[in-house]
Amino acid sequence: MSLPSLARESEKKQQEDADLYARLYRFLYLIRRVEEEIARVYPTDKIKSPVHLSIGQEAISVGVCAALRPDDIVFGTYRGHALYLAKGGDLNRMIAELYGKVTGCAKGKGGSMHLVDVQHGVMGTSAVVGTTIPNAVGYAYALKYRQDDSIVVSFFGDGATEEGVFYESLNFAMLKQLPIIFVCENNRYAIHSFQAARQSNTELVERVRAYGLQAERIEDGNVLEIYTRTNEAVQAIRASQSGPVFLECMTYRWREHVGPDEDFHLGYRRRSELEPWVRNDQVKRLARLAEPDLRLEIERGVESAIQRAFEFAEASPFPDASELYTDLFKES
Amino acid sequence: MDRTLLYTEAVREATDQAMEHDPSVIVFGMGVDDPKAILGTTQGLAEKYGPERVFDTPLSEDAMTGVAIGAALAGLRPIHVHIRMDFLMLAMNQLINVAAKNHYMYGGQQHVPLVVRAMIGKSWGQGAQHSQALHSFFMHVPGLKVVAPTTPYDAKGGLIQSIQDDNPVLFIEHRLLHFLKSTVPEDFYRIPTGKARIVTAGKDITLVGISYMQLECFRAQRYLEEVGISAEVIDPIWLSPLDIDTIANSVSKTGRLCVVDNAWLTCGASAEIVAQVTERLQGICRVQVRRLGFVPVTCPPTPTLEELFYPNARTIAAAVYSMVHNRHDWIPNERADLKSADFKGPF
Repeated sequence: MSLPSLARESEKKQQEDADLYARLYRFLYLIRRVEEEIARVYPTDKIKSPVHLSIGQEAISVGVCAALRPDDIVFGTYRGHALYLAKGGDLNRMIAELYGKVTGCAKGKGGSMHLVDVQHGVMGTSAVVGTTIPNAVGYAYALKYRQDDSIVVSFFGDGATEEGVFYESLNFAMLKQLPIIFVCENNRYAIHSFQAARQSNTELVERVRAYGLQAERIEDGNVLEIYTRTNEAVQAIRASQSGPVFLECMTYRWREHVGPDEDFHLGYRRRSELEPWVRNDQVKRLARLAEPDLRLEIERGVESAIQRAFEFAEASPFPDASELYTDLFKES
Repeated sequence: MDRTLLYTEAVREATDQAMEHDPSVIVFGMGVDDPKAILGTTQGLAEKYGPERVFDTPLSEDAMTGVAIGAALAGLRPIHVHIRMDFLMLAMNQLINVAAKNHYMYGGQQHVPLVVRAMIGKSWGQGAQHSQALHSFFMHVPGLKVVAPTTPYDAKGGLIQSIQDDNPVLFIEHRLLHFLKSTVPEDFYRIPTGKARIVTAGKDITLVGISYMQLECFRAQRYLEEVGISAEVIDPIWLSPLDIDTIANSVSKTGRLCVVDNAWLTCGASAEIVAQVTERLQGICRVQVRRLGFVPVTCPPTPTLEELFYPNARTIAAAVYSMVHNRHDWIPNERADLKSADFKGPF
């Protein structure tokens, strides 16, 4: 390659990196700030829904979803705010849903634990651990059946890997070579119970490899690494060069299991566990990587979007009484 | 020309026609493509439609129910087959927490067009875990539909209706009904959801029989004719939604209601029907009610005890006689033409 074309290549690469950093930062910052705002408003009791905040865990949803197309599909968990937003879910409708308003993404019938945005491929989240894993697999079956090149990503926590349905789902996905990525957000705690107190073998990737899946662990919550690994898996699956892939992403929940506060006073975990994750905060890291002017623009844009979303939720009406009876069945 | 089919053939034909009609219909479950083909109900479908549309599954009822729901969310219309209803206990999380909930919980944005075929066993020692009839579990939960056709005609029309429904439907088959033959049109027809059928008109009592017990009620009606009691036999067909109008109208005429469930009584379909009818008719007319069903114990395999576990045409007739005459001194002698055709082993 000639020197000028090398220079062009390098310039192009720099621009791509800058675009990626900006995109990742926008979502990381958005999610962190939305969650902080929810925590701030929570004591007013205007949010009438139990919230499981994603603070500290944003990098997984953001890194994975950055590698997806708009027509790719995600299924998640009750700790689903980050996933919903990272996949492009509408912020106004999310906050309205938390407020129980009719303008919410599920008209006030889902709540924080059941965010949905079908248009953006957010197919739902479940309060019952592990429950959406086979739904994601079934969706992937339908995509393969229709020869659609979209893929599905199933998000779940470390606790879900103790459910029988997890292994049943891995087996079927592998058996049928389905276009799916399993993403375990391992924050080491199921509510207050430590992973090693629950699992005879905490080497999750080994357990998964036993089913024949390609499985990798990403140790440090590095959003760029999560993005890169996901992107590789996505490309391989889309090109039909790979069956299902499993990614275990280590992470840490900064706040309590449910609710807006910290919970280190309970004594089930030490604050010293949190400290390396705070030092390694991906929101701050990407803030440093983003181009300064663009960073400010992103932050300003996010702050005003959040303000508008809470105003939208406040101003929206509650559902009419007649809504109680609608939506039980789809009328054919 | 009238054509008769076995119940199993009617189920097979309904599935075949629905699959031909709509490429989004798929069938899976343990054994759907094996040589026995779920008692013939899926015979030839794998060959005709290929392994992507008709496939055997791992022994993973929980995940496979979830897979069915996920496929339905993506626009397919899966039929998930369970050769015994008892296995549905492994699928409850997905059926109750997902299939029944998604349309409402997501504000109407998602729907789950899913059919779950589940079979109830009886006789020849099938025992505790191959004979349960758990339809009331599913009737209890809003968001599910439950159909339990008795005749081959309703089995075909009801299955097509269920497959074309945009919501989850539990399609309940009784193993002994599989041997039943009746007229089944060749057309691709449907029966209406939530509509009961008056099988025989009568004036002294309304006799409601659920699933296989419909057959025993029909036989009981014939025994009752011998003693001048005219029974109006109703087949609810659909348990959810339940056609309480048809049943209550009949009871307002007969003044008596006997519900015979192919299940235990406590918190069951019979309790629901009696409660709804009495709520509807109290203060309007006097109503005498009675329920019959499984003895409240675990189903025993030994024939002498198993015989006592189930109501039959003669015990139903005797119960109705006692309601009408307030006397307990009659039970019909068994007639060869009204004898129950139990499953003959060995397996």
